Amino acid sequence: MTESVLVAEHGIEYTYTRSTGPVIGAFLTALRDRQIVGVRGSDGRVIVPPTEYDPVTSEDLSEIVPVADEGVVTTWAWNDSPRMGQPLDRPFAWALVQLDGADTGLLAAVDAGEPGAMRTGVRVKARWADGRVGSIRDLACFEVVA
Amino acid sequence: MSGQAALRRDVAIVSWASFETPSEPARNEVEMLLPVVQEALGKVGLTQQDIGFTVSGSSDYLQGFPFAFVGALDAVGAWPPIRESHVEMDGAFALYEAVNVLQEEGIDTALVYAFARPSRGEVDRTLALQLDPYYVAPLWPDARGLAALQAQAMKDSGRFGDVPDLPPTYVADGCVAVVLAVGDRARELTKTPAWIRGIDHRIEPPSLGVRDLTTSPSTIAAGDAAGAAGADAAWLHVPYPHQELVLREALGLSGATVDSAAGPVMVGGLERLAAAAAGIAAGKARRAVAHATSGPCLQQNLVAVLEGVAQ
Repeated sequence: MTESVLVAEHGIEYTYTRSTGPVIGAFLTALRDRQIVGVRGSDGRVIVPPTEYDPVTSEDLSEIVPVADEGVVTTWAWNDSPRMGQPLDRPFAWALVQLDGADTGLLAAVDAGEPGAMRTGVRVKARWADGRVGSIRDLACFEVVA
Repeated sequence: MSGQAALRRDVAIVSWASFETPSEPARNEVEMLLPVVQEALGKVGLTQQDIGFTVSGSSDYLQGFPFAFVGALDAVGAWPPIRESHVEMDGAFALYEAVNVLQEEGIDTALVYAFARPSRGEVDRTLALQLDPYYVAPLWPDARGLAALQAQAMKDSGRFGDVPDLPPTYVADGCVAVVLAVGDRARELTKTPAWIRGIDHRIEPPSLGVRDLTTSPSTIAAGDAAGAAGADAAWLHVPYPHQELVLREALGLSGATVDSAAGPVMVGGLERLAAAAAGIAAGKARRAVAHATSGPCLQQNLVAVLEGVAQ
């Protein structure tokens, strides 16, 4: 006797796409070209990564401002056991990095080797990923500037 | 606009029940919730048919499928049809919605519940899904790592003395149910209603790097609007110990008795409101602050002020 088994395909997919728009899109596109940009806020400060609306006044923001790919750590935390999907598969520091020309911090991993190499105020420089695609992951991580 | 001025009808917490365990291996969310909801309703002699509005707080990411919260309605029963809602946040924010719905004539009671079983997964990782989808979530920052950035910023500021060491993220399974009622309906249901004299919630800019992580402007604003000044006791929602220092400063709690707890994720904030109501009912406090938070590094904060007497 043969058994007939009912089989149904079930593909999980997002059937829509979303544009990242003129602000987030400008940032992600610049990353692809190894550049970092921010946006000028209502009070004149440069916000990196750029936000579409001012964090205080909620006004629309549009003036894209290039910043450096090097800056200082404003706070940090050692990550002894990296989890799946994180930027590095060996211990690293999470940090907020204030890039030269920016007035806010960017969340990133710092490939510092050991916690003794980290401190608030230490200078770090971006390490770029190969094969950049316009994603925050194009910024592979930061490294401490000797 | 002040939260107090916004309340046209007096609303009280009239009943509550909760359950918490380090890990609930056997019962699913509905099975965990059912006896807790029954207990909260039963204490004031109500059934689900007596409830005008039902609202819950939870995170579908913990269960791992969209609209998981809809399944939890089996714990209350949704037939005949009920008016219900949900927030993808701590249940305290669901209570805020209920307080607003109770401002409508014709709805006199509400049931608020929250539930979570984070022991089933890796909550430090799961919570990354709630973060900015372009700039932050793709890095999969663990919740504890983000809290550690805040703790380090507090140490660097030198403003806090000894900043407590950062423990692992608190993981527990549990649920809480709270019953609200307005005016005379509340007085009928219990001799000890905890009246919500003010309630407000505010949010910080979503980008961590834009914020001063050593302060909590949203808690200050919510506390001012809710009328937190002059409280003699506070029940604070503190996912990581260092955050209590920020909250104490923001709410100006010198002189008040402070009870801090983390509680299960998505549940701990609503539990704080229930605990404050219990404190009022037991006569332990005259004017109590209840606080709840959601998101990384105290991103969203709710403050309620409870008293044993109505306005």
